[in-house]
Formats: sequence, C-alpha cells, structure tokens
Amino acid sequence: MNKIVNDFSITIGTRNGSGSSTANTTILRSIFKMGVPVSGKNLFPSNIQGLPTWYTIRVNKDGYLARKDVSEVVVAINADSFSRDQAAVASGGVFFYSDDIRLPITRTDISVYPIPIKTLIRNDANVPSDFRELVGNMIYVGAVAQILGIDMDAIRAALTFHFKGKQKPIDMNLNAVKNGAEWAKENLQKTDPFYIEPMNKTEGLIMADGNTAAAIGSIFGGVQFAGWYPITPASSVAESLSEYLPLLRKREDGKHTYAVVQAEDELAALGMAIGAGWSGLRAMTSTSGPGLSLMTEFAGLAYYAEVPVVIWDVQRVGPSTGLPTRTSQADLTFTAFIGHGDSQSVILLPGDVDECFDFGWKSFDLAERLQTPIFVLSDLDMGMNQWMSKPFDYPEVPMDRGKVLWEKDLEELKGNWGRYLDKDGDAIPYRTMPGNKHPLSSYFTRGTGHDEYAKYTEDANMYLKNMDRLVRKHQAAKQYVPAPILHERKGATAGILAFGSTKNAIFEAQDQLQAEHGLTTDFLRIRAVPFSKEVDDYIQSRDQIFVVEMNRDAQLLQLLYMEYPQHATKFKSVAYQDGLPASAKWVREGILAVYEAPAKKTTKKTAKPAAKKASAKGKAAPKKTAKTSVKAAKKVVVKKSSVKKTSAKKSKPAAKRK
Amino acid sequence: MNATLPMAGAPANTNAIGLTKHDYRGAPTTLCQGCGHNSISSQIVAAMYEMDVMPEDVVKFSGIGCSSKSPTYFLNRSFGFNSLHGRMPSIATGALFGDAKLKGIGVSGDGDSVSIGMGQFKHAMRRNVNMVYIVENNGVYGLTKGQFSATAEKGLELKRQGENPFLPIDVCMEGIISNATFVARSFAGNAKQVKELLKAAFAHKGIALLDIISPCVTFNNNDYAHHSYAWSKEHEEPLQDITYIAPRNEIVLEQEMLDGEIRDVALHDGSIIRLKNLDKGHDPTNRAEAMRVLEEARLNDWLITGLIYVNENKPSLIDLHNLVDAPLNRLNESDLRPERAMLDKVNAMMF
Repeated sequence: MNKIVNDFSITIGTRNGSGSSTANTTILRSIFKMGVPVSGKNLFPSNIQGLPTWYTIRVNKDGYLARKDVSEVVVAINADSFSRDQAAVASGGVFFYSDDIRLPITRTDISVYPIPIKTLIRNDANVPSDFRELVGNMIYVGAVAQILGIDMDAIRAALTFHFKGKQKPIDMNLNAVKNGAEWAKENLQKTDPFYIEPMNKTEGLIMADGNTAAAIGSIFGGVQFAGWYPITPASSVAESLSEYLPLLRKREDGKHTYAVVQAEDELAALGMAIGAGWSGLRAMTSTSGPGLSLMTEFAGLAYYAEVPVVIWDVQRVGPSTGLPTRTSQADLTFTAFIGHGDSQSVILLPGDVDECFDFGWKSFDLAERLQTPIFVLSDLDMGMNQWMSKPFDYPEVPMDRGKVLWEKDLEELKGNWGRYLDKDGDAIPYRTMPGNKHPLSSYFTRGTGHDEYAKYTEDANMYLKNMDRLVRKHQAAKQYVPAPILHERKGATAGILAFGSTKNAIFEAQDQLQAEHGLTTDFLRIRAVPFSKEVDDYIQSRDQIFVVEMNRDAQLLQLLYMEYPQHATKFKSVAYQDGLPASAKWVREGILAVYEAPAKKTTKKTAKPAAKKASAKGKAAPKKTAKTSVKAAKKVVVKKSSVKKTSAKKSKPAAKRK
Repeated sequence: MNATLPMAGAPANTNAIGLTKHDYRGAPTTLCQGCGHNSISSQIVAAMYEMDVMPEDVVKFSGIGCSSKSPTYFLNRSFGFNSLHGRMPSIATGALFGDAKLKGIGVSGDGDSVSIGMGQFKHAMRRNVNMVYIVENNGVYGLTKGQFSATAEKGLELKRQGENPFLPIDVCMEGIISNATFVARSFAGNAKQVKELLKAAFAHKGIALLDIISPCVTFNNNDYAHHSYAWSKEHEEPLQDITYIAPRNEIVLEQEMLDGEIRDVALHDGSIIRLKNLDKGHDPTNRAEAMRVLEEARLNDWLITGLIYVNENKPSLIDLHNLVDAPLNRLNESDLRPERAMLDKVNAMMF
C-alpha cells in the first residue's frame, strides 16, 4: 500500500459539552508542533450540551488550509452521529470509534479501529470518576496518535500549553493519551495508509484565532473603551480584551487606562462606545449580525454626527437568528449602507488571523482620522477557529489621532473653529473633546441637522453642503484604507475578486483550475470598502472576473455593480452559502459553472478546451482527477455532489443572482 | 426665561469663580411659552452658578423629545450630546469615561426614559453612572403632538387619544428598584425645591434621579380645560387645531411648601395635581421606607416631592474601574500602546 503522508483530513464526531475540544485542539496543536501545515475547524451546534458536534482537521503538506469536503480519517465518539460518521469516511479511509457504541459496522472499504475508551479510562486509577468523560477523550487522542504517527513529545507540548504549565492536569491527560496509544500499539494492526511525518513548515509560525488576534490588535491600537454584549461568535473578542488588557497594559501604579463594560444589549453596547469615542477615547464594540441589526440606529448617528468608533462584526449565518454557529460573509451590503437615510460605511475586510491583529490597531487610526464608524467584518471561521499564522507584527507607524484641538490649539486659532467646518478642504473637520477647558471648545453634538458650528438647522443649503462633504470624506477614505492584495499568476486569463476568509479555498481552487482545467487565474483580495484605486485598476485590466463570496445574494458583486457599472458584464458571480467554511471544491465548481472560455479559442461556450489541457496535467493535480470535473464544469449545478459529508447540504454552487 | 429665575438673597454679578450668570445660560428656548421644562433649565443655570461649577466641567446629555431639546437652553459652554430616543444613558455612560472628573447632567422625558428607553434608564441606575438624571415628566408626548406616555395617569383624557386605560409607571419607584443611589421628585413650579434638589443631586457621587413633574401647556389638556380660559370661547375652532399653541405663563408656586404639607396646584387645563412634601421625619437612607412612602402616595393620589432616597456609600461606575488619575482622553501613545517586547511575549503565548 502506498503511504499517504501529511495529506488528509480528520473529522471527530463527539457530543457537545463533552469536553472534547481540549482533545481535538491537542491533536491540532501536536500536528502543528511536528512542523506539518494544519488547520482545525469546530463545526458546532447552537447548544450547550448534548447535540452532535464535529471537529475537522486538515493536514496538508502543501499548506492548503481550507476545509475539505471529505474526510479520510473519522473518529466517532457519539452514538447519535455514529452512522452518519461512518458513512462519511472517504473510501479507503479510517474509522476509529468508541467500542461502547453497539451499532453495526457496515463499511467494508475502510479500516476500522474500535477503541475501548470507557474501559481504559475506568481502569486508570489516576483519573477521578467525575473526570472520566473529560479525560476519556484523551484515549482517542492516544489511539489516533499511535495509528497516524503523532509524536508524543508534540502532544506533551500541546497539553503543557493548554493547561498553562499546570503539572497535575498535564500529567493526568498525558497519561490517558499514553494509555490510549499503548493499547492501540498492542491491540490494533495498522491497515490504513495514512501517516503524519515531521516536516519543518510551521517553524516561526504561531497558532491563534481571529477574535483573540482582533482583541490583541486592538490593545496595540490603544483601545480605551469597549462596550459589548455577549453573542456567538463574537463574545471572545471582548473576553480576550478583558483577558489581555491587564497583562499588556499593566502599570506600576496598578491603575487602568481602559474600561470594558458589558452592556444590557447591543444598542447600549454601541451607544457606550460612541459616547466614549465622542469624548476622545479609542472605543470599540464587537458583535455579530443580530447585534449589528440592533446597532443600526446608533451607527447612523455616528455616521452623521461623525463620531469615531470601531465596530467588529464576526459574521454568522442570517437572516434573523439564522445559523448562530455557522460562518458567513452575508453582512456586507447591510453594513455598507447601514442606517436610514443616505449613509456610506467604511469597512475593513480581514482575510486571516494576522490581519485581524493588524486591523485591530489600524481601525482606530482610521476611525479617528476619518471621524466615522469603522466596521471590521470578520467571520466565525476566522474568528473562532485556530489558524496557523505568521507572528503578529508590531504596528509600523505611530498612532494617528486625527484632527483634534486642545486648549493651546484653540488659543492659537483664537477660538476660530467649527466642529463641522471643512477648514482644510479635505472634507475632514476638527474636533474637540469634553474636558477641554477652553471656553470656546464646546459644541452640542446631535443627530439632527446641523450647521458647520454644530448648531441645529434645517436649512436646505446647509444640509446639502454637509451631506456633500460626507460624500467627499467617504471618497477620501480610499487613500487611508488598506489596499487590496494582488496574488499574481503568470498567464492569467481571468481574475478573481473576493474578501475575507475564503482566500484559502480560493488559492487551492486556483491551483486545481490551473492544473486540471488549464484555467489560470489571478486573484485580488479586497480589504476595504470604499474600493481603492488598485481595485479600479484591476477591474479595468481584466476581461473576466469571478466574484467569489460566501453569501446567497452576491453582495460584493452588488457593490461592484454600483461602483463599476461600466464593467458590469465582466463580473461572474460565485456566491454560495450553506454555513460551512469555504472549500476549494465549491470555489472551483462555482467558477467552472460560470466560466466563459475566450471566443477566439473555441466556438463552443464550454470549458472543454481548457479541460483538455487539464487532463494532460492531471497527474500533477493534488486531489480530484480531471475526469469528473470536466462535466462538473457544466453539470454540477444540477448534479448531486459525491460528497458524503455529514451535513445535508446541496452542492449547488454559484446561485446566480442579480 | 429670566422672569422665572428666583433671585433669593442679594444678586451678585459674579460667583466665587468669577463667572456671571450669563456664562451658564444657553440659547433662547424654542419650547412652548409656559412650558415647565423652561423653569427647570432656569434652575439648572441658577444651581450651577450658585455652586460655582465651571461649565467646562459639566457634560450635558439628552435623548429625543421636548425635554431632550432643553440642554440647548442652558450651559452653553458645556459640551453636550443630544443623542437618540431612549438612548441617552448609554451615550452618557461611555462619554463620562473620557474624563472622570466631569459630571453629567442628563435631561430626559417620560417617553424617553420609561417607554422607549426603559432598559437603558434602569441600567444607568443600576450601574450608578456619575450623573444627574432629570426626567421632565409631563405624561404626554409633546413633540409628536399629544399621545399618552407611560406615566400618564389612568383615566386621563387627551384630545384624539381618548381615555388612558393603564396605571402609570412611577419613575421614582423604578429608580429605587433599579438600585439608584439618589431618587427625588419635584414639581417644575416649585422653583426653590427644584434648585435645592438639583444642587444635592449634582453633589451626589453616582446617579442622581430627579423626577420633575413638568406640565405640558399644550397637549396634556382636555376639552373641559379649554373652557377655563376666557379666550377659548372666542377661539373654539383654533383650539381644535393642534398647530395653534396658546401663550401661557409657567406655573409657579406662590409660597414655599413646608415639610409634610399637602397642596393642590391647578394646571393650565384646570386640572389639579396634589403635591405632598415628604414628612420631616422621612429617612431617605432607608430604602424600604422610600418604597413605602411612594406606595402611600400612590394610594392617596399624591405626588410626593422631596429627596425620597439616597445612598452615599456605593461606588460609581467609574470608581469601579480604578482609572489612572489623568483623564483617559488625554493619554497618548506611550500610555496606550504596549512596547514591542510585549508583542514578542504575546507571540510566544500563541503556541
């Protein structure tokens, strides 16, 4: 049998609330520690205890980190999902299960390893009875480690990290891992081809989740106030602030330079943050879609009254309460025009954990420079899952506190200023803050119509003048927001526009499209709204552009249509959302479904000519053969997917919408 | 507006910090003539002047409604934030972190605080936000031209609205239940009491709730009331036109009320409210007693006035945060951005 090394997926099916996350992240971290590129995703229900939950780990020597639609290795601990889990194992794959589950094994095309988890843990005298279920999870870690070849030192390192060096839990858990491994060594005959072998591809990298990164980035951005209300999947942003602020902003006098306040709801959370931003603090809130809906009226106030504030939206699936624990990119258009009346938002779109850190501090500079709410759209996949990442970089520029006038500035101006007066002609006015002792410093902020001196007015010309300035300010934002990232490829004949966490799936799909279908694409990852000049140039210079996004209604495409009506026919929508993190499969199939081969090369409007080339290169393709994909290109829209994944999703890529 | 200012004692041109009353004034009011809200604004001006408060040390807040317009009409030199309907408390909560030495004066109304903003109102009480929280309570939505509010009494009849079938929400009771640390009630026409309570409220550390009954001259009236004015007979048609606002005088108590005194006061519409000053022996530090007097007042249809409850021993929201001495909004990069070495430490912590 040919060994398959460092290129497969592991899915662990457990029961929510059974404490399996420690076991699963231990597997993830130990693989990372062995130098092998790896990603882990928690596919969990909105439930505290009892419902089936899955954790999927992608091990990939080439560094593909997106979710894979199939798993070669499946671990079934939960009787409720046992049959589903067994059915989901890829042909030729591996099935571990807890042998107290008395359900039939129906597959003959896979390696099956029963593990006596309950018996082993009961016989472990070191584990108190009320710890058995929790620590019992470590038995399967041991068995999996033994069969796949995960290094025990790496596991020890993962546990030491997890338990913050506390020897007792480390020993108890490590002992259970060893028991599991020992038992597997003596009782199981390896019949599968899957191996994890050490590499050196994770050297110098860290492992973190986006919400923690966002919080730490915000701390390095000097956050002073956070108002928040608990919501999945955003809670850990604020909780991480509370965890890391005392450590990172520790002072000798023991006093605080910040305040984190849990509000009574999302309205109050943003209200507090706006109050704090108005009074001169670096202020933020963090939420998800339903919370953002509640924040709408305050977002409009901050836009119109020009108050700096940062709003993190860790997106989950809507509409309404939606799928609370599933990932999404469907808050884009809502955010772009949030609020009644005419309004335009500045939005940052991080694509990975590292950018969550960067945008954590940059968002404050932008908010204070532009005096407007800055929205940062992350998502559940980026925010809550553990990712390999390059280490966080220290902010390369000093803080930009924007245009602020204190007493001596006002003295120099002899009080000649107006809160909404465009003194510099760049549409950005000057502001003062409460506590300023100059008698001419104050102004009365309002969400009602105001003149250049913040006085109430309903004057038509004044309204127009102010609203026009706000448009110019929004345009001015283009020069400050993060530029898009261009991933060039030689010989690209089509482009891809996307944002956020889909990038890993897109990279992998690009490789597959090139290798299997001869379709070479380059990729511009948008990192902010409004679109900067680089986006204009990219669209200008491409004939065909796939717009890839994780939502039903093609929201990025809608914004592009509005901004670039003259290029509307270039855009091809690859919009799809089923709650699962993007996979290369849906990106690839989605692109093939809408791809139009250049007219010169063929009269037929199919992907076939390109596919021919691909079959020659098929050998190099890392995964799927080209055979199925050629037809898939046209027919996949109606064809049932071959995927036997646990969820009942319909593999219908790229619902084309206007 | 000046006409209603009580000039107790010899008027001085400046106070102890050298400011004139003018330094405490605001823009001319745009509320209806005779509105109780204007009397309250005047008393805020007087109280701040007499307490020698620097206007720059005060921040004004409001929500939306007639009451919420009034911060424009006092303390021109203070920063102010006229926020959203029912959302003043959250704005104030965040804003007061900017500089812990600042004191907030918030003006809200009955619609703003105990209908749309009930949640935020109660949580501001619970958190003990460091501000004076005034509810200018008239039992009616004025700015939208006369709908019932949640503090309107049962059986009240309003033009176009019919009869109110619900019992009113008691602002002070809500405040006490929500653990407010200072709860008082007054009547806009009782200038001296309003001013004294304002001073006590301003001196209080934490939230100070002032429920001030402030009759609406325009909308909280009934058809019967129109007949109580001589001009009304001649102007019967215009009276039905709600765009016509009759000029009236503010209601002012002729004589100071004594402890425990009960006095009937006629409002513009001819209706009567029955004020009762708290008894001399009332112990405002006793929370149970505070609730008892409110319940007693409810049963007797009195509007009990005076300092109902106070607790000086509870830390304010800002006290709980152990902030640095310098105002947070004057800290700079060296205070706020951790050093590079800290990031190395963080990266090492990320496995």
